[in-house]
Amino acid sequence: MHELSIAVELVEAACERAAELDARVEVVHVRLGQLAGVIPAALEFCFEAAAAGTAIEGARLAIEEMPVTVRCPACGGEPRPASPQLLRCPDCGAPTPEVVGGRELELFALEVHENAASHR
Amino acid sequence: MQPRIVEVRQGILKKNDLLAAELRQRFRAAGVFVVNLVSGPGAGKTELLEKTLSALRGRLRVAALVGDLATENDAQRLRRSGAPVEQIVTGTICHLDAEMVARALAGFDLDSLDLLFVENVGNLVCPASYDLGEDLRVVLMSVTEGEDKPLKYPTIFNGADLALFTKVDVAEVLGFDRAAALAAIAAVRPGLPVLETSARNGAGMAAWLARIEELAAAARAPAADRLETGAHRAGIR
Repeated sequence: MHELSIAVELVEAACERAAELDARVEVVHVRLGQLAGVIPAALEFCFEAAAAGTAIEGARLAIEEMPVTVRCPACGGEPRPASPQLLRCPDCGAPTPEVVGGRELELFALEVHENAASHR
Repeated sequence: MQPRIVEVRQGILKKNDLLAAELRQRFRAAGVFVVNLVSGPGAGKTELLEKTLSALRGRLRVAALVGDLATENDAQRLRRSGAPVEQIVTGTICHLDAEMVARALAGFDLDSLDLLFVENVGNLVCPASYDLGEDLRVVLMSVTEGEDKPLKYPTIFNGADLALFTKVDVAEVLGFDRAAALAAIAAVRPGLPVLETSARNGAGMAAWLARIEELAAAARAPAADRLETGAHRAGIR
């Protein structure tokens, strides 16, 4: 269970950006790959606790789950395998060692309102 | 007023990744080859490492960092090998991160080492997310665990550079289905090399030690000859 550590890092990063932008954060958009090793529900659960008492308290977490994509050495495409448990090209069946997507653990964007004070 | 969307696109573990990149540079500058051992609890990391340190000690300058939630037991076992060993007690934290490694290295002179092992906390989930600056990530799976472990924990197997089956001396008695285990690894990480070892009776240890020695020698070679084993992790986010 390392989602709490990750939630704390996420909140810190979001707070830093919010301070730079001088804005109030409403939504924190995160991209989470299927192979990132992080469970979305657990991250959501921890996020609220991690955000409490910080500058982004009350912000909503929006998680976009990113599928695994691989490079097929045989047909050259970047398909999605049937599952992370079977890394094979769905078109030609070749084994696909190279993972090109699905490891994302990324603070993608912030949805913000400018603070009133910044509109003097 | 409408909210606006500000793109950030920053790795959540950016701090860890930056520190891991710094560590990797320090290791390379000092010519130290670094191996991160990951597995579930009880797969035999400490036993393997104790035998590995003892076997390599006369030939290479080896040391180890060992992570544990609560005890110093593993470090005490590993010190029997005579190699320098530093315990990292993580408390409630279920994985090692780059900062813990950096702190534990404070007492080490990297220039006086050829090979450094980092024994991670026994856990097949959390350590997968944390780059420690290592050159080689080795995932251990004991024959007592069930052949489908790789399918249950694809992330950690997918991020590894080498897999070890451990405790193969008891494989037969347990009815370990070797073909099924190899197929499970090939499904989650096609092409991942697998070595089969028993630290207890020594089976497969020579091949494991030879692999490590060969990689450690390459780490001291000019940069152009180096194997870029850690590179796929450095670029993942």
